[in-house]
Amino acid sequence: MKLRSPATVSALLAALLVVLFLISLGAGRVWTPWSAWISGGADPRWAIVFGLRLPRTILAVLVGGALALGGAAMQGYTRNPLADPGALGVSTSAALGAVLTLYLGKAGEAAWVLPLAAMVGAGLGVAALLGLAGMTSSIVTFVLAGFVIQTVCGAGIALALNLAPNPWAVNEILNWTLGSLADRSIDEVRIAAPGVVVGGLLLLPLGRALDALTLGEQGARSLGVELARTRLLMALGVALAVGSSVAVTGVISFVGLIVPHLLRPLLGAKPSAVLAPSFLGGAALTLGADILVRLTPAASEVKLSVAMAMLGGPFFLAMLISMRRSLA
Amino acid sequence: MSLAAQDVSLALGGRAVLAGITARFAKGGVVAIVGPNGAGKSTLLSCLAGLLRPDSGAVTLDGAAITALSGPQRARRLAFLAQAPQIAWDVDVRAFVGLGRTPRLGAFGPSAEDHAAVEAALDVCDLNAFADRAVTQLSGGERARALIARGLAGETDWLLADEPLTGLDPGHALDALALFRRLAHDEGKGVLLTLHDLNLAARFADRILVLNEGRLVAEGAPDVALAPDILSSVYGVVVRRHAGERGPLIEVLGRAD
Repeated sequence: MKLRSPATVSALLAALLVVLFLISLGAGRVWTPWSAWISGGADPRWAIVFGLRLPRTILAVLVGGALALGGAAMQGYTRNPLADPGALGVSTSAALGAVLTLYLGKAGEAAWVLPLAAMVGAGLGVAALLGLAGMTSSIVTFVLAGFVIQTVCGAGIALALNLAPNPWAVNEILNWTLGSLADRSIDEVRIAAPGVVVGGLLLLPLGRALDALTLGEQGARSLGVELARTRLLMALGVALAVGSSVAVTGVISFVGLIVPHLLRPLLGAKPSAVLAPSFLGGAALTLGADILVRLTPAASEVKLSVAMAMLGGPFFLAMLISMRRSLA
Repeated sequence: MSLAAQDVSLALGGRAVLAGITARFAKGGVVAIVGPNGAGKSTLLSCLAGLLRPDSGAVTLDGAAITALSGPQRARRLAFLAQAPQIAWDVDVRAFVGLGRTPRLGAFGPSAEDHAAVEAALDVCDLNAFADRAVTQLSGGERARALIARGLAGETDWLLADEPLTGLDPGHALDALALFRRLAHDEGKGVLLTLHDLNLAARFADRILVLNEGRLVAEGAPDVALAPDILSSVYGVVVRRHAGERGPLIEVLGRAD
C-alpha cells in the first residue's frame, strides 16, 4: 500500500476539478469558444456560459461534494463501506419531504419551504437509519434498514404521484425522483449553498471521532470520544448537506458510495483521510458525469441520476461480491 | 493518586453482575483481577475505566467521580484496552497505534510529539517490522501486541487491560507481563489487568483481586489471595500450590466434588 497524503490527493483532485469546471462551461449542445466568454455579453453565447452553464456547474460541485462527503461520513460512522445517502434511503426521504410540500401545495408559499422540508426529510431518514440499525455495526442490518427506508419513502412518493391533482404536479414530483442538473439557475445555487456549506463544516471536523470508531463504540468512548455528540453532528451534517442538495437536484444515488471507495486505495482506510478529498472527488465525479450527460447524442437529455445509477449499480454489485465472504 | 471503587453494584439484563465491590488502587503496581468466567472481571474493569456507570456506588479517580470527567479528560489519564476489539477498517499498525493519541491530538492533527509517542510504543512492543501492515492481517499475538502499543501511545497514568494475553504464545505473554511490570515499577503507571492464567498472575502481579459472582472474595499479595482454599471454593477445583522457581506454582488437580 503506497499511500499519499490527503493534501497531495486533495491538490490533484482540486486541479482536476478546475479543468472539469472550465470544460463544463464550454461543453454542451453548443460549444462556446473562448471569444464568447470574454465578450461581456456582445456574443449571445456569453449568456449560455454565464447564465446557464455557470450555475449548473457550481451546483454540480456543491451537490456532488455534499453527497460524497455525506457518504464518507456515514461510512465512517457506521463502519460500513456500503453506506451512501442515496443507496440507504436518506436522499429518498429528503425527496419525500420535498414532494409532500408540492403535493400539499405549500412549496409555492415561500422559497425556503421546499428545501426545509427536504432537510427535515433527510434528517428523519438518517435518524430512522440509526434507529433501525441500532448501535450495531452489522453491515447487513444497515443495508436492510436502508432498504426499508428507501421502500417506504419510495412508496410515499409513488402515492403522491398516484393522487396528484394534475399533470403539472405529476411532472414536478417526478423531477425529484429523477435527479438532474439541467436547467438550474443561480436561484437553485442560492438555495443549496448554505445547507451544503454548513453541513460540510459540521461533517469535516468529525474525522478524529470517526477514526476512533474504527475500534467500535466502546473503543471510541475509551479514547474519549463523546458518541452522542458525534452522532448528532453526523446526522445534522448529512441532513443539511444532502437535504439541501436533493431539494434542488432530486435524488442522485451512488456518488457517496463510489467516491470514498475509489479514494481509499490512495489514502488508506482511515475514515478521516477520505473526508475532505471525498468532497472534491464527489464534485469532480458529478461534474464529469454531467458533462458526459450533456454530450450524449439523444433526443432528450439523459438524466444525471439515471447515468449515475447505470454507473453505480454495477459498482455496488462489484463491492457486494468482493465483500461477500466477510458478510456471510 | 488513586483509582477507587466504592461499593460498586451493577445489574445487566436483570442479573447482578457486580455486587458491592470496594477496592482502591495505587499507581506504581500491577494488579491482576482473576476469577471464573462470568465473575464480573470485565464489567468491573469497564466500570473502573468510566465506560459503564454503576447502578449504585461510585468510581473515583484521584477523589473525583470518573463519570464527572469529560471523555477526553478521562482518556488522557486512563487507557482502556478491550479484549479482542473489533477493527472495522484495514488501517495499518502505525495508524492503529496512533488512535491511542486521540485524546491528546491538537487542533491541527498529529504533532511531532504524537509521532514520537507512536514510534516509541511500536518499538517497545516489538512491532517495527509490522508497522506498515494492515492490523486485520496480523496474527492473534501480533494483534494483541498492537493493542498494548495503542494503550502505551496515549501516555496515560493508568492502563486497564481486559485479558491482554489472549492469543499470545508463552514467550510473548512473558514479554507483555514484563512490560506491564516495567511500566508500573519504573514509570510509575497504575496497571490493572484481568487474567485467566493464575500462575502468570501469581508471578507478575503485585496484588491480586479474586472475584466470584460479582463479589470480591479475596485480595492481597499473590500468596494470600491465591490460597488453595480460596481457589477451590471459587473455581470449584482442587489445587495444590508448589514453590516454583519464580514464585508459587498452582497446579489444578481436578474438579472439586
